[in-house]
Order: sequence, then structure tokens, then C-alpha cells
Amino acid sequence: MKNTMKLTEYLKYLSIGIGFGFVLVKSEVVSWFRIQEMFRFDSIHMYGIIGLAVIVGMISVQLIKRYNMTDVNGNLISIPAKDSSQVTRYMVGGSIFGLGWALLGACPGPMFALLGSGLTVMIVPIAAALLGTYVYGVLRPKLPH
Amino acid sequence: MDLLYEPWPWYIAGPVIGLTVPLLLLAGGKMFGVSANLRHTCAACTFGKVDFFNYDWKTAGRWNFTFLAGSVIGGFLAGHVFANPDPINLSSATIADLQALGIRDFDGLVPDDLFVWSSLGTATGLTVLGLGGFLVGFGARYAGGCTSGHAISGLSDLQLASLLAVFGFFIGGLLMTYLIYPLIL
Repeated sequence: MKNTMKLTEYLKYLSIGIGFGFVLVKSEVVSWFRIQEMFRFDSIHMYGIIGLAVIVGMISVQLIKRYNMTDVNGNLISIPAKDSSQVTRYMVGGSIFGLGWALLGACPGPMFALLGSGLTVMIVPIAAALLGTYVYGVLRPKLPH
Repeated sequence: MDLLYEPWPWYIAGPVIGLTVPLLLLAGGKMFGVSANLRHTCAACTFGKVDFFNYDWKTAGRWNFTFLAGSVIGGFLAGHVFANPDPINLSSATIADLQALGIRDFDGLVPDDLFVWSSLGTATGLTVLGLGGFLVGFGARYAGGCTSGHAISGLSDLQLASLLAVFGFFIGGLLMTYLIYPLIL
């Protein structure tokens, strides 16, 4: 990839992001209440959203792979596989993330969409998440993966 | 115009969120994942002093920062310009449960009992906003992705690693909901 991005490239990702932020709020995925409801299994709402998102994503990814599709710039789309042998990392890291997800009621996307909606206090969890990321980076060599 | 103000049902919102995956792949072969931006930000701020953050974050992250900026704008449009004036149609069981834990405000997307600046002066508010954010950031990087990178992108690509991570998300989430949250609130 070139070291510079053209304006049209920025606009492309900006518009997909706008759509993503919009639907996150309109679907109430950003709501602390919806996350509490999800972990209590009191509504289909969050499960329906995640389930259908995965089905749509899965069909598209399989089509992209099967037909060796290229992106709009003509480059072949390749998706790197994740290393599923690192079971500890996914289970322990995932559980720590889950503790935070239920506590804060927001994962990274919603944190930023909520900030955009005018909830300025979201700066605090965003800063805390940056600190958490940093601490992981420092401790990484000592953690089991 | 009602469509812009009203909340979207799950069967509309789910497929629209799922479309983010092929749109980013077709736009430039990018894998949808929001929490990578947190790592790129650390990389931008640590000047190569920590191995994990020593890479060309501009090349790796420029598209994703742009996407993230779009998400903030999308949040502004949907949550401010076209904000839904009505409370969330939450299940009555959850409302009763949360009321029993002391939540009083059910008017917006998040309860004013916790998501206001003054709540930082309380142990509960500081735990939810500060510790909650910290665990999300730490856990996402430890697990190699968050809800978007694992639950949506990874499962879409049938990655076993992502399925394990999603199991982890629920182990942690259920522990918090049933065992820890009742102690905090």
C-alpha cells in the first residue's frame, strides 16, 4: 500500500463508518440497557442483530473467497487466518473483554458512537481502554497466549 | 422521516451491520475491527518504545481511523440530530432487575445514574466507566479483537479462534452480570 491515501479513499471509509455509527445507535446496540438485557437473555434483540450480522457477513465472505473477488482498486481480497491454537489467549482475553463489555455496557464501536451522540463522559472509558491496550502491550511478553 | 427518528428493529439493523464486512473488504481489502484503532493510537503515542506498538501505524491504521471518525459522525447523526425521543422498549424483566439494583433513569440510551461526569466522584461510576473501559481495552487486545473483529468479522470468516473468543466474551459477561454487578451497584 502506498504511504498516502487519496481523498476519495478517505471518503470511502468515512462513509462506511458513518453508516456503521448510525446503525449502531438506531439499533440501540450502543445502549447499556440492551447489553444488560442481552446477558440476562430477556430479549431476542441483541442476539437477532449479532446473528443476522454474522449470517450476512458469512455469506458475503464466502462469496468473496469463492469467486476470488478483487476490491475496487483491483487488488485480490485476501483474509488472513487467525491462529486458533492460542486457546488461552482467546478464552482468557475474551473473558476479560466480556467482564468489561457487561460492566461498561459498550464495546469499542459503541463507545465512539456514543461519544458522537453527545455523551461526552465516554471520553473516560475511551481513555481507560487506551490505557488497557497499552498495559497489555507492555505485559504481552509475560502473559500466556 | 419517521424511519430516521425511530429505532430500527433487530431484523433490519443486523443485516445492515453485517454489510460492513463486505463493504470494507470490497473498498480496499480491509477486515472490519474497531479495537485495532486503540492499538494504532498507542503505536502513535509510544514512538516504538514497546515492541507490540512498534510498527507503521499510519499505513496500517489510516483507513481505520477514518472509519472510526465516520462512526462518531454517524453516532452524532443518529443520536443527536435524529435522536429517538422515546425510551428504549426494554423487556420488563430487565427493567425490574435493574430497578432492584438501584437504576432509576430509563429515559435514554444509557442511565443517568452512571453515565454523567459527576458519577466519576462515586466508586460505582468510576468502576463502570474507568475499570469497564480498561477491561474492554485490555481484553480486546489480549483476545486479538473485540465484538466487531471476532464476533462479526471472525465468525463471518468461520474462524475457530473467534468462536473461542466469543465464548470468552460470554463467560466474562455472565460472570459480571450475575456475580459481580450485584455487588457493585
